[in-house]
Amino acid sequence: MSNAQDPRLDIARTSAQLRDGALTPTGVVERCLQRIESRDADLHCMTQVFADEARARARALEREAPRGAFWGIPWLAKDNIATRTGRTTAGSRLLEDFRSPYDATVVERLDAEGAILLGKTNLDEFGRGSSTENSAFGASCNPWNAERVPGGSSGGSAAAVAAGYAAFALGSDTGGSIRQPAAFCGVVGFKPTYGSVSRFGLVAFASSLDQIGPLTRTVGDAAAVRVAIAGPDARDATTRPGAVSAADLAAPPAGVRIGVPRRFVDEGVDPAVHENFDATLRRWTDAGGTIVDIDLPHAPHAVATYYVLATAEASSNLARYDGVRYTRRTADATDLDTMLTRTRTTGFGAEVTRRILLGTFVLSSGYYDAYYRRAQKVRTLLRRDFDTAFARCDVVALPASPTPPFRHGERTADPLQMYLSDVFTVPANLVGGPAITLPSGLVGDLPLGVQLYGAVAQDAALLRVASWAEGSIGFRAAPPA
Amino acid sequence: MEITDELVRHLEDLACLRLDAEARARMRADLARIVEYVQQLETLDTRDVPPTTMVRVEGTSELRDDVEQASVERDAILGNAPDARDGFYRVPRVLGDAGEGSTR
Repeated sequence: MSNAQDPRLDIARTSAQLRDGALTPTGVVERCLQRIESRDADLHCMTQVFADEARARARALEREAPRGAFWGIPWLAKDNIATRTGRTTAGSRLLEDFRSPYDATVVERLDAEGAILLGKTNLDEFGRGSSTENSAFGASCNPWNAERVPGGSSGGSAAAVAAGYAAFALGSDTGGSIRQPAAFCGVVGFKPTYGSVSRFGLVAFASSLDQIGPLTRTVGDAAAVRVAIAGPDARDATTRPGAVSAADLAAPPAGVRIGVPRRFVDEGVDPAVHENFDATLRRWTDAGGTIVDIDLPHAPHAVATYYVLATAEASSNLARYDGVRYTRRTADATDLDTMLTRTRTTGFGAEVTRRILLGTFVLSSGYYDAYYRRAQKVRTLLRRDFDTAFARCDVVALPASPTPPFRHGERTADPLQMYLSDVFTVPANLVGGPAITLPSGLVGDLPLGVQLYGAVAQDAALLRVASWAEGSIGFRAAPPA
Repeated sequence: MEITDELVRHLEDLACLRLDAEARARMRADLARIVEYVQQLETLDTRDVPPTTMVRVEGTSELRDDVEQASVERDAILGNAPDARDGFYRVPRVLGDAGEGSTR
């Protein structure tokens, strides 16, 4: 399914056209703004559009010679990434009017490369959710079928890239929040190794799991964004020192060994997803890959482990929203305790409240060892599973999601059902390694995605395999205009 | 385990949140279901397994150089506060009778 006529931008082609003068930064910005204007009333991917700022920036770039790897390339930031331009809401009433006094490191770095920030994308409040239905500013829609969710929590970023609002977007991934929406919207979503991209300026959710990464049209674009944003930053102590080595995508890897944990994959997967996954594996073996049977005995416990650890960390991180420092305070309290409690009670949405209380529970006296401590130990067992697997294979393949994109409202009544949609993505965050989802086909009018995991810190190697895997799948398609 | 009203109220106190009766009943049901689900972790043998608090990739968590540099302007930070004066955050009364937000 070739899409030479596809009007939507990708980074590589747009960059080439900007450099040879076929496009100008202003022309690209206007095209994207028109696209947003015509589509976003229906899709609701954007929390803010920086039209004036983007136009001014395009004109400023045109006054100088092209420089930087992203010169004139329009992009979007998930609205939990701090920008001096506009507000940084994290999808929450509590930060509705918050203006960051600084840019996140990733924003600074893309700015230095000549990229043009067009606006901020919608998300589940504080990144808590898998459908972008939990935003205080309304739900986003899937551009392939507006009755379906775009996934979450970076659902606005994924849907916006799929709908052609910009060449790429940044998201954040704590339990699959880049990769699952990428799969739901038919784009590429990459979560780098924990600590490879600075989180300075990312609204913290679960600090031992959060990582920023790109949502793009192609693996090559994801690799390019990684080179721009990754690398050490003195303002985030978890970043890894040393230069970032670019992935060599020109040379396809020979004889890729693809680990498949059959027992884990076969359990509770939608038949259409299963069929697509097996068909994708066949394409890879036809292209010279080898399937290696692996076992990840603790992977079925990853969701339980994740929801204990992530909610614990979130309950701690969200303690800072106290009505003192961040913009919103209840008006009618005359003493501190009442102000604090009323501000938080009226400010947080239902899902965030649920997770704060669950996190508070697993950390509370009498339950800490039984839940929180135990989950940390199971995290170690899961890491060992992957260490064993990666001794025998180069990548691990999994579906991106156990189901195709679901309908709005279908899972909001049952939080546990919603949590289980993260079953194939949370292991990467618990283990810390890189993972990427690639579009792998359609079921009806809905996109499906397949996922590849790499070993910790092997991001360049994973991208190289992913680029080969993308070519072997040979699927690229655009949602209806 | 049973999630009681009392337990949920205790968690509300710890988290500085206050649910109404209807929301609390819903939360009890949700928490009961989620806690029941995560109890699967009890079936695993975790004796002698060290906990993972975070994944430290080789070379991380080194201290940065101790360099003097400007921080974000105080006024820019205070500008986001709902109430600030003379370089301080202002909050409602702290001393005196505890309000409805506390059961202490």
